[in-house]
Amino acid sequence: MLPLILRGLTKSYGGARVVDGLDLELEPGRCHGLLGPNGAGKTTTLRLALGLIGADAGSVDLLGYPMPAQAALARRKVGVVPQIDSLDPDFTVRENLLTYGRYFGMKGREIEARIPYLLEFSGLAGKADAPINNLSGGMKRRLTLARALVNDPDLIFLDEPTTGLDPQARHLIWQGLRRLIGQGRTLLLTTHFMDEAERLCDVISVLDQGRVIVRGSPRELIRQHIEPHVVEIFGDGLSEWQTCASTFCRRCETAGETLFCYTDAPEKVVEELENHPGLRYLHRPANLEDVFLKLTGRDLRD
Amino acid sequence: MIDLNWYPVWRRNFLVWKKLAGPSLLGNLADPMLYMLGLGYGLGGLLQSVDGVPYLNFLAAGTLAYSVMNSATFETLYSAFSRMHVQKTWEAILNTPLTLRDVLLGELFWATSKSLLSAVAIMLVIWTLGLYDNFGMTLALLPVALLTGFCFAGMGLAINAVSPNYDFFLYYFTLAITPMILLGGVFYPPSALPVWLADIAAWLPLTHAIELARPLVLGRIPSDMALHGLALIVYGLIGFSAALALTKRRLLK
Repeated sequence: MLPLILRGLTKSYGGARVVDGLDLELEPGRCHGLLGPNGAGKTTTLRLALGLIGADAGSVDLLGYPMPAQAALARRKVGVVPQIDSLDPDFTVRENLLTYGRYFGMKGREIEARIPYLLEFSGLAGKADAPINNLSGGMKRRLTLARALVNDPDLIFLDEPTTGLDPQARHLIWQGLRRLIGQGRTLLLTTHFMDEAERLCDVISVLDQGRVIVRGSPRELIRQHIEPHVVEIFGDGLSEWQTCASTFCRRCETAGETLFCYTDAPEKVVEELENHPGLRYLHRPANLEDVFLKLTGRDLRD
Repeated sequence: MIDLNWYPVWRRNFLVWKKLAGPSLLGNLADPMLYMLGLGYGLGGLLQSVDGVPYLNFLAAGTLAYSVMNSATFETLYSAFSRMHVQKTWEAILNTPLTLRDVLLGELFWATSKSLLSAVAIMLVIWTLGLYDNFGMTLALLPVALLTGFCFAGMGLAINAVSPNYDFFLYYFTLAITPMILLGGVFYPPSALPVWLADIAAWLPLTHAIELARPLVLGRIPSDMALHGLALIVYGLIGFSAALALTKRRLLK
């Protein structure tokens, strides 16, 4: 059974189609990334999938249940890590987990039995009785993740789980997410960090203007949509060099003071650039961010 | 309505309250008691009697109703707003199998519970100072407090649903709560008002609550009991239905 099937999903707000005929299927036991610029419809898609809001058209099937009609049943086996922190500030770590478990109809004893595992999982062992306000940002995020696991979910929604965290804290979250994937759970992750998606996701769907514009593994997407090498060029004399760029680069893009040169043969570009001492450059393999920017453009979407 | 899905929400609020019960009790209960005792003895010393009883006895039922109203109103405005808007507690709950109806019912019953507690505190004062006529009858103040708490909790949740920030609640206090305190018969019998104003005051929820509570304190059976009780239920139900629709529009659109 597929944990989530979205078909022809459409949702408008005040005449604007935020989600526009979106199709998405999640395969069990894999990590799925949902990428897209601001306003692409990621959060609305998550809310529709959870049955928090109803679609104008199309269907949502969550863990075999039609949504939003049977949302309460489906959500018994779903975990959610929301974008905005919503831990109970008046409770300790343990009390947060206990209280949240009760929303799933779990018995106190049942939740208590699960708490040591959840604390170990989130690296919060020994913090059971700590008040929430004593936790760092990274600890709060990890507790939010642990809270989403209290009901032993099959499918976990994560809405920008590492936004605002320092690198150490992000790596800890990633370790946790890898463990969850290893346990056979299905993850649906939205993020603005392409490296995060590239590291964690088996399948990525890029959303723009309310629909999925491409889907594939990070490697597939990079291979299919972008030249393998990028040379970022900046510094004095860029505008003169720009005229001859097309002879060396398959495709060029300018963003501010930087020229992005996409190419199969970076050696030639680099060799040529060595003749221009005023120019500085950075040569690197193409990554998911390049794909993302190519597909969704460089314009701000606020 | 019969399921108990709302109970974990009620329990969450109860557990938080338990942690901060000391200051919360003091804030909720000391204030109405001081009003009652200060005004009762202070003003009461100047008055022979009101409605045939000492002023403090007269004031007791008004204070009870007003305290219940305040308790339910503060809980559903400031406290519920913090949970809904600031802490995002409701949104966290909505990601679980619980529905918005469960959340709002939990809040409704929680605010009603807290207002019952306020009523009990005032009743303790009434019993201790012997401000009643018939002890058995004062026990009927509990269901009156329950209905009153329900009524104001329902209405408060509706106001909460449309409030952009804490400041907005001042409108409700200025336009609804304060007029009720001053016109609903807390401090003097409605018969003291000019007829046109008394006619308006008769419609206020707090008036209905006091029409039930005052006779019970003074050892009389309230007249038009069913009417007043029903009025409180209807106001509460209208408020709660509006709260449900408006909060849905706010959080789940």
